[in-house]
Amino acid sequence: MSNTATMDSKTAWGGNNESPYGASYGKLMMWFFLISDALSFTGFLSAYGFYRHYYGSLWPSAENVFTHFPFMHGHHPLLYVALMTFILIMSSVTMVLAVEAGHRMDRKGVIVWLGWTLLGGAIFLGSQAWEWYHFIHGTELGAIELGRGTFTLPNGTVEHTYGVIARWADDSKQALLLPWREIAGNITSPFIQLTGEELTKVLASGKEIFGANLTHNEYGHPLFGDFFFFITGFHGTHVFSGVILNFIIFVNVIMGTYQKRGHYEMVEKVGLYWHFVDLVWVFVFTFFYLV
Amino acid sequence: MEHSHDNHAHGHAPEPYKYAAHHSEEEGKKTRRMIWNMFWVLLAITTFEVTLGLVWKYLEINWGAVKMTFIILTVAKAYFIVAYYMHLKHERKALKNTIIIPFVLFALYLLYHIFTEGVYSEMMDKYFF
Repeated sequence: MSNTATMDSKTAWGGNNESPYGASYGKLMMWFFLISDALSFTGFLSAYGFYRHYYGSLWPSAENVFTHFPFMHGHHPLLYVALMTFILIMSSVTMVLAVEAGHRMDRKGVIVWLGWTLLGGAIFLGSQAWEWYHFIHGTELGAIELGRGTFTLPNGTVEHTYGVIARWADDSKQALLLPWREIAGNITSPFIQLTGEELTKVLASGKEIFGANLTHNEYGHPLFGDFFFFITGFHGTHVFSGVILNFIIFVNVIMGTYQKRGHYEMVEKVGLYWHFVDLVWVFVFTFFYLV
Repeated sequence: MEHSHDNHAHGHAPEPYKYAAHHSEEEGKKTRRMIWNMFWVLLAITTFEVTLGLVWKYLEINWGAVKMTFIILTVAKAYFIVAYYMHLKHERKALKNTIIIPFVLFALYLLYHIFTEGVYSEMMDKYFF
């Protein structure tokens, strides 16, 4: 069959059945899908970055929001999300090891490594559910969402208080912290505090908030909650569908489908998707939790 | 492994599958070494990022510098994942360009709009809230 192929109507558009990319149709389409998906996430994260800077100090700092760690008491900022990141990177490693085993037609190796990848994905999803639970529930202390009114800063600027979240200084609930710290000084200086008569006035028009949902957020501006639910939710949906896809391929590997076919390219294709999910998390981790 | 010595496994795959990759035991060893090396690199970067995120306030490092470090390290991590784990570094040039160039162009375009057109949100706040 080699060297006898001539240009005819069947092969002309196919470049004589040679891919200029040196890749199969399926792999190419997976890459194209990933580009479009990457653009969606780029849009979400740039919008997040924009609003984060737009609202300045009204925006909560993630390290004050996500401070829990399972079975441990106290304040552990970033620790759990760092562990989640590690688990997802680890599952990316096991995925690429499954692809490598596929290239050697090592069915057992693919089963083992793909199995670990499935486990990593499941743990990550569970962790995300756990984190959502804590974010939705909030703290025991709660916060006060201020009502309509104005507040004059030490430098004379008048700020509108509607919707601004003020947090309690401590358990005694004797002082509220207003989030205008930049004007009050540099980032390490305390927030503006409200006590006594001013506090009573603010409490009368304000509302107590516990936890976060789409319209209220005890940690700060409600848009933070919206972005959190939307971006980590959209990413979690990707992880979930990734786990489903990996599971389907896993079953096929066990049944020997790809061994019969002579190659494990399907593992490579879901592998691309899985690495992409990990890649998105790398960015979510940076822009949501670190920056 | 029972089918690994049939014709399909060694380059005689039917036409649509000729691009499916195979490699030998030695090549596999090399690839696995690369995979684990990359793992340590990714782990080191992540550990550094988390540590920096926790200590920068106490070390009184400038926040702008910290932020830029985070972004540069994140892009570095993304490069390692795409180039090595997603194998893009060893794909043909045509495939690399087709994937990287449109994405980078559109991403920069998005950022451009956010930086230049973002002023309208102030008007939104004024007129709608």
